[in-house]
Amino acid sequence: MKLFDIAHSRTGDKGDISNISVIAYDEKDYARLATHVTAERVKEHFKGIVHGDVVRYELPSIGALNFVMYEALGGGVTRSLALDPHGKCLGSALLALEIPDSDA
Amino acid sequence: MKTIRIGAGAGYSGDRIEPALELAQKGKIDYLVFECLAERTIAIAQKAKLADPSKGYDALLAERMEAVLRVCAEKGIKIITNMGAANPQAGAEKTREIAAAQGLSLKIASVSGDDVLETLKSGDIKITETGQPAASMSNVLVSGNAYLGAAPIVEALEQGADVVITGRVADPALFLAPQIKEFGWAFDDWEHLAKGTAVGHLLECGGQVTGGYFAEPGRKDVQGLGRLGFPIAEVSEDGSFVITKVESAGGHVTTDTCKEQILYEVHDPKSYLTPDVTADFSQITFTQEGPDRVRVAGVTGRERPATLKVSVGYVDGYIGEGQISYAGPGALARAKLALEIVQERLDIIGLQSSELRFDLIGVNAIHRDVLAPQPEPTEVRARVTGRCESMKEAVRIGNEVETLYTNGPAGGGGATKSARQVVAMLSALVPRAAVTPRIQIIEVQS
Repeated sequence: MKLFDIAHSRTGDKGDISNISVIAYDEKDYARLATHVTAERVKEHFKGIVHGDVVRYELPSIGALNFVMYEALGGGVTRSLALDPHGKCLGSALLALEIPDSDA
Repeated sequence: MKTIRIGAGAGYSGDRIEPALELAQKGKIDYLVFECLAERTIAIAQKAKLADPSKGYDALLAERMEAVLRVCAEKGIKIITNMGAANPQAGAEKTREIAAAQGLSLKIASVSGDDVLETLKSGDIKITETGQPAASMSNVLVSGNAYLGAAPIVEALEQGADVVITGRVADPALFLAPQIKEFGWAFDDWEHLAKGTAVGHLLECGGQVTGGYFAEPGRKDVQGLGRLGFPIAEVSEDGSFVITKVESAGGHVTTDTCKEQILYEVHDPKSYLTPDVTADFSQITFTQEGPDRVRVAGVTGRERPATLKVSVGYVDGYIGEGQISYAGPGALARAKLALEIVQERLDIIGLQSSELRFDLIGVNAIHRDVLAPQPEPTEVRARVTGRCESMKEAVRIGNEVETLYTNGPAGGGGATKSARQVVAMLSALVPRAAVTPRIQIIEVQS
Protein backbone atom coordinates (compact mmCIF):
# COMPACT_ATOMS: atom_id res chain seq x y z
CA MET A 1 0.00 0.00 0.00
CA LYS A 2 0.98 3.60 -0.27
CA LEU A 3 1.69 5.93 2.62
CA PHE A 4 -1.28 7.89 1.19
CA ASP A 5 -3.60 5.18 2.57
CA ILE A 6 -2.73 5.71 6.24
CA ALA A 7 -1.28 9.21 6.51
CA HIS A 8 -1.70 12.81 5.48
CA SER A 9 0.93 15.50 5.19
CA ARG A 10 1.63 19.21 4.94
CA THR A 11 4.68 20.95 3.53
CA GLY A 12 6.31 24.15 4.76
CA ASP A 13 9.33 26.15 3.60
CA LYS A 14 12.07 28.29 5.11
CA GLY A 15 14.76 29.47 2.73
CA ASP A 16 16.24 26.40 1.02
CA ILE A 17 14.78 24.06 3.67
CA SER A 18 11.55 22.12 3.19
CA ASN A 19 9.73 20.39 6.02
CA ILE A 20 7.09 17.72 5.49
CA SER A 21 4.85 16.41 8.26
CA VAL A 22 3.55 12.86 7.92
CA ILE A 23 0.55 12.31 10.19
CA ALA A 24 -1.24 9.01 10.80
CA TYR A 25 -5.02 9.23 10.27
CA ASP A 26 -5.28 6.70 13.08
CA GLU A 27 -2.73 7.26 15.86
CA LYS A 28 -2.45 3.46 16.19
CA ASP A 29 -0.59 3.50 12.86
CA TYR A 30 2.13 5.75 14.24
CA ALA A 31 4.43 2.80 14.97
CA ARG A 32 4.19 1.70 11.33
CA LEU A 33 5.13 5.18 10.17
CA ALA A 34 8.05 5.23 12.58
CA THR A 35 9.26 1.85 11.29
CA HIS A 36 8.84 2.33 7.57
CA VAL A 37 9.19 6.05 6.88
CA THR A 38 12.80 6.60 7.78
CA ALA A 39 14.95 9.63 6.96
CA GLU A 40 16.98 7.39 4.62
CA ARG A 41 13.89 6.34 2.64
CA VAL A 42 12.68 9.93 2.37
CA LYS A 43 16.09 11.06 1.14
CA GLU A 44 16.07 8.26 -1.47
CA HIS A 45 12.50 9.12 -2.53
CA PHE A 46 13.49 12.73 -3.23
CA LYS A 47 16.79 11.92 -4.98
CA GLY A 48 17.36 14.65 -7.54
CA ILE A 49 15.25 17.15 -5.60
CA VAL A 50 16.73 17.16 -2.10
CA HIS A 51 20.51 17.62 -2.20
CA GLY A 52 21.23 17.96 1.51
CA ASP A 53 20.50 16.02 4.68
CA VAL A 54 17.09 14.76 5.75
CA VAL A 55 16.42 14.85 9.50
CA ARG A 56 13.43 13.13 11.12
CA TYR A 57 11.68 14.37 14.27
CA GLU A 58 9.15 12.19 16.09
CA LEU A 59 5.90 13.35 17.70
CA PRO A 60 4.19 10.26 19.13
CA SER A 61 1.75 12.47 21.09
CA ILE A 62 -0.02 13.32 17.82
CA GLY A 63 1.05 10.28 15.77
CA ALA A 64 3.25 12.33 13.47
CA LEU A 65 6.73 12.55 11.99
CA ASN A 66 8.36 15.74 10.77
CA PHE A 67 11.00 15.56 8.04
CA VAL A 68 13.35 18.50 7.60
CA MET A 69 15.07 18.43 4.22
CA TYR A 70 18.07 20.66 3.52
CA GLU A 71 19.03 22.07 0.10
CA ALA A 72 15.59 21.08 -1.08
CA LEU A 73 14.18 24.18 -2.75
CA GLY A 74 16.43 25.00 -5.69
CA GLY A 75 18.62 27.40 -3.71
CA GLY A 76 15.73 28.95 -1.77
CA VAL A 77 12.11 29.92 -2.24
CA THR A 78 12.91 33.47 -3.25
CA ARG A 79 15.42 32.56 -6.00
CA SER A 80 14.38 29.10 -7.21
CA LEU A 81 13.71 28.49 -10.90
CA ALA A 82 11.13 25.82 -10.02
CA LEU A 83 7.47 26.00 -10.99
CA ASP A 84 6.61 25.36 -7.33
CA PRO A 85 9.38 27.31 -5.59
CA HIS A 86 7.91 26.70 -2.12
CA GLY A 87 7.88 22.94 -2.69
CA LYS A 88 4.27 22.91 -1.49
CA CYS A 89 3.57 19.85 -3.63
CA LEU A 90 6.38 17.76 -2.11
CA GLY A 91 4.28 16.38 0.76
CA SER A 92 1.85 14.81 -1.70
CA ALA A 93 4.78 13.26 -3.55
CA LEU A 94 6.00 11.70 -0.32
CA LEU A 95 2.61 10.01 0.19
CA ALA A 96 3.38 7.94 -2.92
CA LEU A 97 5.94 6.02 -0.84
CA GLU A 98 5.21 2.27 -0.74
CA ILE A 99 4.90 0.66 2.69
CA PRO A 100 4.08 -2.98 3.59
CA ASP A 101 0.36 -3.83 3.85
CA SER A 102 0.81 -5.04 7.41
CA ASP A 103 3.56 -5.67 9.90
CA ALA A 104 2.32 -9.21 10.57
CA MET B 1 -10.97 32.65 34.86
CA LYS B 2 -10.47 35.48 32.38
CA THR B 3 -10.79 34.43 28.73
CA ILE B 4 -10.22 36.38 25.51
CA ARG B 5 -10.97 35.59 21.88
CA ILE B 6 -8.43 36.38 19.16
CA GLY B 7 -9.29 36.12 15.45
CA ALA B 8 -6.87 35.75 12.55
CA GLY B 9 -7.98 38.07 9.74
CA ALA B 10 -5.45 37.00 7.13
CA GLY B 11 -2.95 34.24 6.46
CA TYR B 12 -0.83 36.17 3.98
CA SER B 13 -0.74 39.56 2.28
CA GLY B 14 -3.02 38.67 -0.62
CA ASP B 15 -5.56 36.72 1.41
CA ARG B 16 -9.38 36.98 1.17
CA ILE B 17 -10.87 39.98 2.98
CA GLU B 18 -14.49 38.87 3.75
CA PRO B 19 -13.48 36.29 6.39
CA ALA B 20 -11.94 39.08 8.50
CA LEU B 21 -15.15 41.09 8.35
CA GLU B 22 -17.10 37.95 9.25
CA LEU B 23 -14.87 37.47 12.31
CA ALA B 24 -15.39 41.07 13.39
CA GLN B 25 -19.16 40.87 12.91
CA LYS B 26 -19.92 37.38 14.21
CA GLY B 27 -16.79 36.06 15.95
CA LYS B 28 -17.30 37.71 19.35
CA ILE B 29 -13.60 38.51 19.22
CA ASP B 30 -11.59 40.96 21.33
CA TYR B 31 -8.64 41.19 18.93
CA LEU B 32 -8.36 40.90 15.15
CA VAL B 33 -4.85 40.08 13.95
CA PHE B 34 -3.67 40.34 10.35
CA GLU B 35 -0.40 38.54 9.57
CA CYS B 36 0.52 39.73 6.09
CA LEU B 37 4.29 39.88 5.87
CA ALA B 38 6.12 37.08 4.08
CA GLU B 39 9.91 37.08 4.07
CA ARG B 40 10.27 38.75 0.72
CA THR B 41 7.29 41.12 1.03
CA ILE B 42 9.26 43.54 3.18
CA ALA B 43 12.16 43.74 0.71
CA ILE B 44 9.74 44.60 -2.08
CA ALA B 45 8.02 47.12 0.20
CA GLN B 46 11.40 48.67 0.99
CA LYS B 47 11.94 49.30 -2.72
CA ALA B 48 8.50 50.92 -2.93
CA LYS B 49 9.38 53.19 0.01
CA LEU B 50 12.64 54.28 -1.64
CA ALA B 51 10.64 55.31 -4.72
CA ASP B 52 7.98 57.13 -2.65
CA PRO B 53 8.48 57.83 1.11
CA SER B 54 4.71 57.75 1.71
CA LYS B 55 4.56 54.12 0.50
CA GLY B 56 6.15 50.87 1.64
CA TYR B 57 3.23 49.48 3.63
CA ASP B 58 1.09 46.52 2.52
CA ALA B 59 -0.72 46.98 -0.80
CA LEU B 60 -4.02 45.78 0.70
CA LEU B 61 -3.78 47.76 3.98
CA ALA B 62 -6.28 50.39 2.87
CA GLU B 63 -8.77 47.84 1.55
CA ARG B 64 -8.60 45.75 4.72
CA MET B 65 -8.92 48.75 7.03
CA GLU B 66 -11.82 50.14 5.01
CA ALA B 67 -13.57 46.80 5.42
CA VAL B 68 -13.13 46.28 9.17
CA LEU B 69 -12.35 49.59 10.95
CA ARG B 70 -15.94 50.66 11.59
CA VAL B 71 -17.23 47.37 12.95
CA CYS B 72 -14.10 46.93 15.08
CA ALA B 73 -14.48 50.45 16.49
CA GLU B 74 -18.16 49.84 17.27
CA LYS B 75 -17.50 46.55 19.02
CA GLY B 76 -14.27 47.60 20.74
CA ILE B 77 -12.19 45.04 18.83
CA LYS B 78 -8.53 45.96 18.72
CA ILE B 79 -6.56 45.40 15.52
CA ILE B 80 -2.94 44.22 15.40
CA THR B 81 -1.12 43.81 12.09
CA ASN B 82 2.31 43.75 10.46
CA MET B 83 0.87 45.44 7.35
CA GLY B 84 3.18 48.38 8.11
CA ALA B 85 5.85 46.33 6.25
CA ALA B 86 8.75 48.68 5.44
CA ASN B 87 6.90 51.83 6.59
CA PRO B 88 4.66 51.38 9.66
CA GLN B 89 4.31 55.15 10.21
CA ALA B 90 2.95 55.62 6.69
CA GLY B 91 0.62 52.65 7.24
CA ALA B 92 -0.64 54.27 10.45
CA GLU B 93 -1.13 57.58 8.67
CA LYS B 94 -3.15 55.89 5.92
CA THR B 95 -5.25 54.15 8.58
CA ARG B 96 -5.83 57.51 10.30
CA GLU B 97 -7.11 58.95 7.01
CA ILE B 98 -9.54 56.05 6.59
CA ALA B 99 -10.76 56.33 10.21
CA ALA B 100 -11.31 60.08 9.78
CA ALA B 101 -13.21 59.56 6.53
CA GLN B 102 -15.44 57.04 8.31
CA GLY B 103 -16.01 59.45 11.23
CA LEU B 104 -14.32 57.19 13.79
CA SER B 105 -12.31 58.15 16.88
CA LEU B 106 -9.28 55.88 17.25
CA LYS B 107 -5.76 55.69 18.63
CA ILE B 108 -3.41 54.23 16.02
CA ALA B 109 0.08 53.06 16.98
CA SER B 110 2.99 52.29 14.72
CA VAL B 111 5.84 50.04 15.86
CA SER B 112 9.12 50.49 14.01
CA GLY B 113 12.81 50.01 14.70
CA ASP B 114 13.11 46.63 12.99
CA ASP B 115 15.09 48.16 10.10
CA VAL B 116 18.77 47.26 10.58
CA LEU B 117 19.95 47.76 6.99
CA GLU B 118 22.56 50.37 7.95
CA THR B 119 23.90 48.10 10.70
CA LEU B 120 24.29 45.30 8.14
CA LYS B 121 26.04 47.57 5.63
CA SER B 122 28.58 48.96 8.07
CA GLY B 123 29.02 46.27 10.73
CA ASP B 124 30.65 42.85 10.89
CA ILE B 125 27.42 40.83 10.97
CA LYS B 126 27.67 37.58 9.03
CA ILE B 127 25.09 36.03 6.71
CA THR B 128 23.95 32.74 8.26
CA GLU B 129 23.72 30.78 4.99
CA THR B 130 27.09 31.83 3.52
CA GLY B 131 29.21 32.85 6.51
CA GLN B 132 30.24 35.98 4.60
CA PRO B 133 29.95 39.48 6.13
CA ALA B 134 26.72 41.21 5.11
CA ALA B 135 28.79 44.36 4.46
CA SER B 136 30.56 42.58 1.57
CA MET B 137 27.29 42.54 -0.39
CA SER B 138 26.23 46.09 0.51
CA ASN B 139 25.94 47.07 -3.17
CA VAL B 140 23.07 44.60 -3.67
CA LEU B 141 21.39 44.77 -0.22
CA VAL B 142 17.81 46.01 -0.34
CA SER B 143 16.55 45.43 3.18
CA GLY B 144 17.48 44.09 6.60
CA ASN B 145 14.74 43.68 9.17
CA ALA B 146 15.06 42.15 12.60
CA TYR B 147 12.18 40.08 13.91
CA LEU B 148 10.85 42.05 16.90
CA GLY B 149 9.02 40.31 19.71
CA ALA B 150 5.74 41.03 21.46
CA ALA B 151 7.04 43.71 23.88
CA PRO B 152 6.56 46.87 21.77
CA ILE B 153 3.06 45.72 20.75
CA VAL B 154 2.16 45.16 24.40
CA GLU B 155 3.44 48.64 25.20
CA ALA B 156 1.35 50.17 22.40
CA LEU B 157 -1.73 48.38 23.75
CA GLU B 158 -0.90 49.60 27.28
CA GLN B 159 -0.85 53.13 25.89
CA GLY B 160 -4.42 52.61 24.72
CA ALA B 161 -3.90 51.89 21.03
CA ASP B 162 -6.97 50.59 19.18
CA VAL B 163 -4.92 49.69 16.12
CA VAL B 164 -1.26 48.59 16.19
CA ILE B 165 0.65 48.58 12.91
CA THR B 166 4.11 47.02 12.85
CA GLY B 167 6.86 46.20 10.39
CA ARG B 168 8.83 42.98 10.81
CA VAL B 169 7.68 41.22 13.96
CA ALA B 170 7.77 37.48 14.58
CA ASP B 171 4.41 36.24 13.29
CA PRO B 172 3.30 34.54 16.56
CA ALA B 173 4.23 37.67 18.54
CA LEU B 174 1.33 39.51 16.90
CA PHE B 175 -0.96 37.02 18.71
CA LEU B 176 1.11 36.65 21.88
CA ALA B 177 1.09 40.39 22.60
CA PRO B 178 -2.64 40.71 23.39
CA GLN B 179 -2.42 37.67 25.69
CA ILE B 180 0.48 39.25 27.63
CA LYS B 181 -1.46 42.52 27.82
CA GLU B 182 -4.72 40.93 29.01
CA PHE B 183 -3.29 38.31 31.38
CA GLY B 184 -0.30 40.21 32.72
CA TRP B 185 2.18 37.44 31.92
CA ALA B 186 5.82 38.33 32.67
CA PHE B 187 8.35 38.51 29.84
CA ASP B 188 10.29 35.65 31.42
CA ASP B 189 7.25 33.47 32.12
CA TRP B 190 8.43 30.95 29.55
CA GLU B 191 5.61 28.43 30.10
CA HIS B 192 2.84 30.93 29.39
CA LEU B 193 4.76 32.67 26.60
CA ALA B 194 5.21 29.28 24.89
CA LYS B 195 1.49 28.47 25.12
CA GLY B 196 0.64 31.92 23.77
CA THR B 197 3.15 31.38 20.97
CA ALA B 198 1.41 28.10 20.05
CA VAL B 199 -1.81 30.11 19.72
CA GLY B 200 0.00 32.42 17.33
CA HIS B 201 1.60 29.62 15.36
CA LEU B 202 -1.75 27.85 14.85
CA LEU B 203 -3.53 31.08 13.83
CA GLU B 204 -0.93 32.96 11.81
CA CYS B 205 -1.77 31.26 8.49
CA GLY B 206 -5.47 32.01 8.74
CA GLY B 207 -7.55 29.39 6.92
CA GLN B 208 -4.78 26.77 7.05
CA VAL B 209 -6.13 25.61 10.45
CA THR B 210 -9.83 25.78 9.50
CA GLY B 211 -9.65 23.47 6.48
CA GLY B 212 -7.62 25.38 3.90
CA TYR B 213 -4.51 23.74 2.37
CA PHE B 214 -6.02 20.48 3.65
CA ALA B 215 -8.74 18.97 1.44
CA GLU B 216 -8.10 15.59 -0.19
CA PRO B 217 -11.32 14.57 -1.95
CA GLY B 218 -12.62 11.26 -0.64
CA ARG B 219 -10.22 11.17 2.31
CA LYS B 220 -10.13 14.60 3.87
CA ASP B 221 -13.22 16.35 2.55
CA VAL B 222 -13.87 19.93 3.61
CA GLN B 223 -17.20 21.69 3.05
CA GLY B 224 -17.50 25.34 2.06
CA LEU B 225 -13.96 26.24 0.97
CA GLY B 226 -15.44 29.03 -1.14
CA ARG B 227 -16.56 30.74 2.06
CA LEU B 228 -13.85 29.39 4.37
CA GLY B 229 -14.00 30.82 7.87
CA PHE B 230 -10.80 32.08 9.52
CA PRO B 231 -9.82 30.82 12.98
CA ILE B 232 -10.50 32.08 16.48
CA ALA B 233 -8.48 31.17 19.58
CA GLU B 234 -10.33 31.24 22.85
CA VAL B 235 -7.54 31.68 25.39
CA SER B 236 -7.70 31.59 29.19
CA GLU B 237 -5.28 33.30 31.53
CA ASP B 238 -3.68 29.97 32.51
CA GLY B 239 -2.62 29.62 28.85
CA SER B 240 -5.08 26.85 28.01
CA PHE B 241 -6.89 27.40 24.72
CA VAL B 242 -9.34 26.18 22.12
CA ILE B 243 -9.19 26.72 18.33
CA THR B 244 -12.59 27.34 16.77
CA LYS B 245 -14.35 29.37 14.05
CA VAL B 246 -17.58 31.22 13.33
CA GLU B 247 -20.28 28.52 13.27
CA SER B 248 -21.89 29.53 9.97
CA ALA B 249 -18.58 29.88 8.11
CA GLY B 250 -17.21 27.25 5.74
CA GLY B 251 -14.41 24.84 6.59
CA HIS B 252 -13.85 22.91 9.78
CA VAL B 253 -11.56 22.77 12.80
CA THR B 254 -10.50 19.21 13.64
CA THR B 255 -7.60 17.56 15.40
CA ASP B 256 -6.25 16.74 11.92
CA THR B 257 -6.28 20.36 10.69
CA CYS B 258 -4.52 21.35 13.92
CA LYS B 259 -1.91 18.58 13.62
CA GLU B 260 -1.03 19.70 10.11
CA GLN B 261 -0.74 23.34 11.09
CA ILE B 262 1.28 22.92 14.29
CA LEU B 263 4.12 21.39 12.21
CA TYR B 264 3.84 23.85 9.32
CA GLU B 265 7.25 25.50 8.78
CA VAL B 266 8.54 23.95 12.01
CA HIS B 267 11.91 22.23 12.13
CA ASP B 268 12.77 20.75 15.55
CA PRO B 269 9.42 20.67 17.37
CA LYS B 270 11.28 20.83 20.70
CA SER B 271 12.81 24.18 19.77
CA TYR B 272 10.49 26.59 18.00
CA LEU B 273 12.53 29.76 18.25
CA THR B 274 10.92 33.18 18.50
CA PRO B 275 12.20 36.51 19.88
CA ASP B 276 10.01 35.95 22.97
CA VAL B 277 10.52 32.30 23.94
CA THR B 278 11.77 28.88 22.85
CA ALA B 279 8.57 26.88 22.56
CA ASP B 280 8.39 23.08 22.74
CA PHE B 281 5.58 21.52 20.68
CA SER B 282 6.93 17.97 20.92
CA GLN B 283 4.42 16.81 23.58
CA ILE B 284 1.40 18.70 22.21
CA THR B 285 -2.05 17.10 22.22
CA PHE B 286 -5.29 18.00 20.47
CA THR B 287 -8.76 17.01 21.71
CA GLN B 288 -11.98 17.47 19.78
CA GLU B 289 -14.27 19.08 22.41
CA GLY B 290 -17.17 19.63 20.05
CA PRO B 291 -17.90 20.53 16.44
CA ASP B 292 -15.15 22.93 15.25
CA ARG B 293 -13.69 23.14 18.76
CA VAL B 294 -10.24 21.66 19.40
CA ARG B 295 -8.53 21.98 22.77
CA VAL B 296 -4.75 22.25 22.72
CA ALA B 297 -2.51 21.13 25.59
CA GLY B 298 1.03 20.00 26.34
CA VAL B 299 3.01 23.02 25.10
CA THR B 300 5.99 23.96 27.25
CA GLY B 301 8.67 26.61 27.00
CA ARG B 302 12.12 27.70 28.01
CA GLU B 303 14.32 30.77 27.75
CA ARG B 304 14.24 32.87 24.59
CA PRO B 305 17.23 32.95 22.17
CA ALA B 306 19.97 35.47 22.96
CA THR B 307 19.98 36.94 19.45
CA LEU B 308 17.36 38.26 17.02
CA LYS B 309 16.94 36.85 13.52
CA VAL B 310 17.19 39.30 10.63
CA SER B 311 15.76 38.72 7.17
CA VAL B 312 18.08 40.19 4.57
CA GLY B 313 16.80 41.14 1.12
CA TYR B 314 19.15 41.53 -1.84
CA VAL B 315 18.96 41.84 -5.60
CA ASP B 316 19.90 38.48 -7.06
CA GLY B 317 19.88 39.01 -10.80
CA TYR B 318 17.02 38.34 -13.20
CA ILE B 319 14.91 35.33 -14.12
CA GLY B 320 13.56 34.85 -17.64
CA GLU B 321 10.91 32.30 -18.51
CA GLY B 322 8.91 30.96 -21.44
CA GLN B 323 6.18 28.33 -21.74
CA ILE B 324 4.33 26.66 -24.63
CA SER B 325 1.77 23.85 -24.77
CA TYR B 326 1.39 20.69 -26.85
CA ALA B 327 -1.64 18.35 -26.89
CA GLY B 328 -3.06 15.21 -28.44
CA PRO B 329 -1.23 12.05 -29.55
CA GLY B 330 2.53 12.56 -29.43
CA ALA B 331 2.26 15.64 -27.19
CA LEU B 332 5.02 14.46 -24.87
CA ALA B 333 7.47 13.78 -27.75
CA ARG B 334 6.78 17.20 -29.28
CA ALA B 335 7.23 18.96 -25.92
CA LYS B 336 10.56 17.16 -25.42
CA LEU B 337 11.62 18.19 -28.93
CA ALA B 338 10.61 21.78 -28.09
CA LEU B 339 12.94 21.79 -25.07
CA GLU B 340 15.81 20.37 -27.15
CA ILE B 341 15.31 23.10 -29.76
CA VAL B 342 15.32 25.85 -27.13
CA GLN B 343 18.47 24.39 -25.57
CA GLU B 344 20.17 24.48 -28.97
CA ARG B 345 18.94 28.03 -29.62
CA LEU B 346 20.28 29.29 -26.30
CA ASP B 347 23.69 27.86 -27.27
CA ILE B 348 23.54 29.43 -30.72
CA ILE B 349 22.67 32.90 -29.44
CA GLY B 350 25.25 32.61 -26.65
CA LEU B 351 22.90 33.26 -23.77
CA GLN B 352 24.78 34.29 -20.62
CA SER B 353 23.13 32.38 -17.81
CA SER B 354 24.33 30.90 -14.51
CA GLU B 355 21.50 28.38 -14.21
CA LEU B 356 18.93 26.96 -16.64
CA ARG B 357 15.96 24.70 -16.00
CA PHE B 358 13.87 22.72 -18.49
CA ASP B 359 10.49 21.36 -17.36
CA LEU B 360 7.61 19.43 -18.85
CA ILE B 361 4.58 20.63 -16.92
CA GLY B 362 2.28 17.67 -16.38
CA VAL B 363 5.26 15.31 -16.44
CA ASN B 364 8.21 16.38 -14.29
CA ALA B 365 7.98 20.09 -13.41
CA ILE B 366 7.04 19.51 -9.79
CA HIS B 367 8.33 16.11 -8.80
CA ARG B 368 11.14 15.71 -11.35
CA ASP B 369 11.40 11.99 -11.96
CA VAL B 370 10.06 10.87 -8.56
CA LEU B 371 6.56 10.29 -9.91
CA ALA B 372 6.43 9.45 -13.60
CA PRO B 373 2.91 9.92 -15.05
CA GLN B 374 1.12 6.86 -16.40
CA PRO B 375 -0.37 6.72 -18.90
CA GLU B 376 1.25 9.37 -21.05
CA PRO B 377 -0.47 12.75 -20.63
CA THR B 378 -2.45 14.20 -23.53
CA GLU B 379 -1.47 17.75 -22.63
CA VAL B 380 2.08 18.85 -21.85
CA ARG B 381 3.46 22.34 -21.33
CA ALA B 382 7.14 22.92 -22.02
CA ARG B 383 8.79 25.44 -19.70
CA VAL B 384 12.26 26.96 -19.85
CA THR B 385 13.60 29.27 -17.18
CA GLY B 386 17.03 30.69 -16.41
CA ARG B 387 18.99 33.06 -14.21
CA CYS B 388 20.85 35.96 -15.82
CA GLU B 389 22.76 39.04 -14.73
CA SER B 390 20.69 41.54 -16.72
CA MET B 391 17.08 42.02 -17.70
CA LYS B 392 18.15 42.25 -21.35
CA GLU B 393 19.67 38.78 -21.19
CA ALA B 394 16.77 37.25 -19.21
CA VAL B 395 14.24 38.44 -21.82
CA ARG B 396 15.97 36.31 -24.49
CA ILE B 397 14.87 33.07 -22.79
CA GLY B 398 11.16 33.69 -23.23
CA ASN B 399 11.77 34.94 -26.76
CA GLU B 400 13.39 31.64 -27.73
CA VAL B 401 10.37 29.74 -26.41
CA GLU B 402 7.91 32.02 -28.20
CA THR B 403 9.64 31.55 -31.57
CA LEU B 404 8.71 27.86 -31.34
CA TYR B 405 5.32 28.98 -32.69
CA THR B 406 6.68 29.24 -36.22
CA ASN B 407 10.02 27.45 -35.87
CA GLY B 408 9.29 24.55 -33.54
CA PRO B 409 7.30 21.30 -33.42
CA ALA B 410 3.75 20.99 -34.77
CA GLY B 411 0.85 22.39 -32.82
CA GLY B 412 2.61 24.53 -30.23
CA GLY B 413 0.12 26.91 -28.63
CA GLY B 414 -0.44 29.37 -25.83
CA ALA B 415 3.13 30.61 -25.52
CA THR B 416 3.82 33.00 -22.66
CA LYS B 417 7.01 34.76 -21.63
CA SER B 418 8.19 36.85 -18.71
CA ALA B 419 11.30 38.30 -17.13
CA ARG B 420 11.73 39.84 -13.69
CA GLN B 421 14.27 41.15 -11.26
CA VAL B 422 14.79 38.78 -8.34
CA VAL B 423 14.79 40.04 -4.78
CA ALA B 424 16.02 37.08 -2.76
CA MET B 425 16.32 36.59 0.98
CA LEU B 426 19.06 35.47 3.33
CA SER B 427 19.23 35.66 7.11
CA ALA B 428 21.54 36.83 9.88
CA LEU B 429 21.57 37.05 13.66
CA VAL B 430 22.08 40.32 15.52
CA PRO B 431 22.51 41.09 19.21
CA ARG B 432 19.32 42.32 20.88
CA ALA B 433 21.15 45.56 21.74
CA ALA B 434 21.42 46.39 18.00
CA VAL B 435 17.65 46.85 17.78
CA THR B 436 15.57 49.57 19.46
CA PRO B 437 11.81 49.35 18.89
CA ARG B 438 9.97 52.67 18.59
CA ILE B 439 6.30 53.34 19.22
CA GLN B 440 4.45 56.32 17.86
CA ILE B 441 0.76 56.97 18.52
CA ILE B 442 -1.47 59.17 16.41
CA GLU B 443 -5.03 59.96 17.29
CA VAL B 444 -8.08 60.69 15.21
CA GLN B 445 -11.04 62.40 16.90
CA SER B 446 -14.31 62.69 15.07
